Amino acid sequence: MNLGFPLFPEQASTMASRVDALFFFLVAVSVFFVALIFLAIFVFAVKYRRRSEDERPRPIEGNFWLEIFWSAIPLGLTMVMFVWGAIIYFDIYNPPNDALEISIVGRQWMWKAQHAEGQREINELHVPVGQAVKLTMTSEDVIHDVFLPAFRIKQDVLPGRYTTLWFQASKPGEYPLLCSQYCGTQHSGMVGRVVVLQPAEFEKWLSGGATGMSMVDLGESLFQRFGCNTCHRVGGTSQGPSLVGLFGKTVQLQGGKTVAANEDYIRESILDPRAKVVAGYQPIMPTFKGLISEEGILQLIAYIKSLHTVERKASQK
Amino acid sequence: MNVSEIERREHYLNISYGIRSWLFTTDHKRIAWLYLLSVTLFFFIGGFFATLIRLELLTPQGDLVQSETYNKLFTMHGVTMIFFFLIPSIPAVLGNFLVPMMIGARDLAFPRLNLASWYIFILGGAFTLMAAAAGGVDTGWTFYTPYSSIYSNTHVVLTVVGIFITGFSSILTGLNFIVTIHKMRAPGMTWFRLPLFIWAHYATSIIFILGTPVIAITLLLVGLERIFRLGIFDPSLGGDPVLFQHLFWFYSHPAVYIMVLPAMGVVSELIACFSRKRIFGYSIVAFASLGIAVIGFLVWGHHMFVSGQSVHAGMVFSFLSMVVAIPSAIKVFNWTATLYKGSISYDAPMLYALGFIGLFTMGGLTGLFLATLGINVHVHDTYFVIAHFHYIMVGGSVMGYLGGIHFWWPKMTGRRYPEGWARLAALIIFLGFNLTFFPQFVLGYIGMPRRYHVYPPEFQVLNVMSTAGASILAVGYLLPLTYLIWSLRYGAVAGRNPWGARGLEWQTPSPPPTENFERTPIVTEGAYAYEKDPEEIYPLGKPAHV
Repeated sequence: MNLGFPLFPEQASTMASRVDALFFFLVAVSVFFVALIFLAIFVFAVKYRRRSEDERPRPIEGNFWLEIFWSAIPLGLTMVMFVWGAIIYFDIYNPPNDALEISIVGRQWMWKAQHAEGQREINELHVPVGQAVKLTMTSEDVIHDVFLPAFRIKQDVLPGRYTTLWFQASKPGEYPLLCSQYCGTQHSGMVGRVVVLQPAEFEKWLSGGATGMSMVDLGESLFQRFGCNTCHRVGGTSQGPSLVGLFGKTVQLQGGKTVAANEDYIRESILDPRAKVVAGYQPIMPTFKGLISEEGILQLIAYIKSLHTVERKASQK
Repeated sequence: MNVSEIERREHYLNISYGIRSWLFTTDHKRIAWLYLLSVTLFFFIGGFFATLIRLELLTPQGDLVQSETYNKLFTMHGVTMIFFFLIPSIPAVLGNFLVPMMIGARDLAFPRLNLASWYIFILGGAFTLMAAAAGGVDTGWTFYTPYSSIYSNTHVVLTVVGIFITGFSSILTGLNFIVTIHKMRAPGMTWFRLPLFIWAHYATSIIFILGTPVIAITLLLVGLERIFRLGIFDPSLGGDPVLFQHLFWFYSHPAVYIMVLPAMGVVSELIACFSRKRIFGYSIVAFASLGIAVIGFLVWGHHMFVSGQSVHAGMVFSFLSMVVAIPSAIKVFNWTATLYKGSISYDAPMLYALGFIGLFTMGGLTGLFLATLGINVHVHDTYFVIAHFHYIMVGGSVMGYLGGIHFWWPKMTGRRYPEGWARLAALIIFLGFNLTFFPQFVLGYIGMPRRYHVYPPEFQVLNVMSTAGASILAVGYLLPLTYLIWSLRYGAVAGRNPWGARGLEWQTPSPPPTENFERTPIVTEGAYAYEKDPEEIYPLGKPAHV
């Protein structure tokens, strides 16, 4: 891997070759135009060099059709770049539904990752080869950015909200995991590695050394510990709505507005419960700001997401 | 004409002496000199920071300075170069000197406001230098929140106050130029006879006036959040950090055009003069400047493709960024076509102009890589971006600025610079520049993020190339500083029109009299009528003193 003097990054995801193909198209267009301009300047500069001090070249005002010609061709080429680039961009930011979910919390100056099975790691990210992986990310302090050059992707990691990024690694190995949004003194030290394993090895890694508690288990125990279940019981109470089957639904709010129940909504409802009150309920829930960590919130979200299954189990009974 | 004749004739430089005659002057030509001295000082301060950055990056480890210091160095480099050199350089120095002269006016519309602009600039610069002296600032020149507003422990407030103040200097200069260009053109100087330098400055002035207030308010809000913990940008206080980026880039993207449009104006003048031709497609080039200024306000979101803004917003901004590239491409084609069947000479200003076309073309094309969404995601915040904008700002703006300084030096001083040295310097700068910044495109694509104090060892070879180039570039910049100062005393006497140019500013003695023209000029032709004699284009008007 370490050639000493690389001129091109490794291709280790399904996206990498697509981005590189577009890159080489732009390189080809650029080389053509740079060569054209340099050649034209060179030829004119030699051919029309001043031979005597009293030369008075014939004036040329311009040529309308020539202007149209050299506006239309670049415009056409840039539109190809735009459409091609937009297609790739759309795919980079639309994860497939069956992706393996991993949550990432950034802070000055480290990356913390937590797998659904409960396995945690710092400045490392173990993923299986050949499977789509979706990262749900937030920051505890300033803006960071997950940059995976071998996968040709990056995404800012913001405090106070979730952003997502997905990839499918195509080659086992170790690749750099970098922070590319300037985040303070040790910004260049906020680096780690992505370890891409064969699926079997990944399973082995997942089962080794974990606490035995999955994200959902951890979320459930927080749910009990903070007393969430006293109001948000299955079936709901007069104090709070049931959370079963909440995730992904549209929620009616007081004042007639609605909101999609996604990660950001749940996070906000935990930290700032009065911002969006569900229709038919009083704003009596206290804030949990300062009481619960970003990782804890992600575990609670995992638990609330899992309550779909509880509902299904309940209906089967 | 010999030296003693320059001395005997009364002109703007010898009409009065002493420091007060300069600090209280309202003559746009003298104010241009005040700016020239100030921006040169800031250029070398910014260059000093750049030198330390490149020396640190010579090795992968952080061994020359500590991380805190490194972060302050790149921040102070960016702040100094952008707000105190690139933005004022051409408009405030060459624009100040030339806008009235090129349109046949006696001064700018508001001479005292012009002097006030310089004092405001100096006051802002003093605050920012004070911040540097007090220990510096480490947020990056982009001041992203909530790092700048909450987390940084450095002199953010002092720095943003400096930039806030300096902004007013830009606004007032823009206002002065717009009023002057509208109201003070000489008889016969119609809009489509104006030099393209004037069109470029008109477009730049629009951006000054419409854009600068936004950055001023934004930086003020950063200061307020920092001091009073107002929840504007920090989410823990109820704010939105991405809002800052929208506001910041709403100014700072058009600011790129503040830096490059005036340089395009200079290049149009140089290409016309040194090929003795009208600019091919004059009116298209003029409207391209205005088009860039207007569309340039609608592309700020291309700095935020990975910030979490919606995918659809990303698409709109990508599309508009492609569109804004077209007027620039048209300009490059028109300049090149101007050379066709011209009478081309290779004096130093022309070398800078041709260098500008080449480097600006490369900077512009790599801008398309960044406007292309699928590629931007990979190269965003890497050295690819650093290389791209240095091609535009140093390869473009600084080449244009130096070309302009050399071209109008005889007019400003009455002396000629040593031509051989100047050509050598232009060549050294071109080569040094490419060696410094071309490797950074490669570094960016292989994944070296910007603002990294420490980097993986496999990136060292390219970084060493870049640092080597930077030292060549430094020699290239020190040469003109030396021989231009030398020429003030020892340069050959220039005469009225050493380049045989047709612009109005060349039809008056060098250095010009305080009132610019001995007689009110009358204009019968566009600025590039090289096929005619100047006497034909500008018949004698009535004496200006009457």
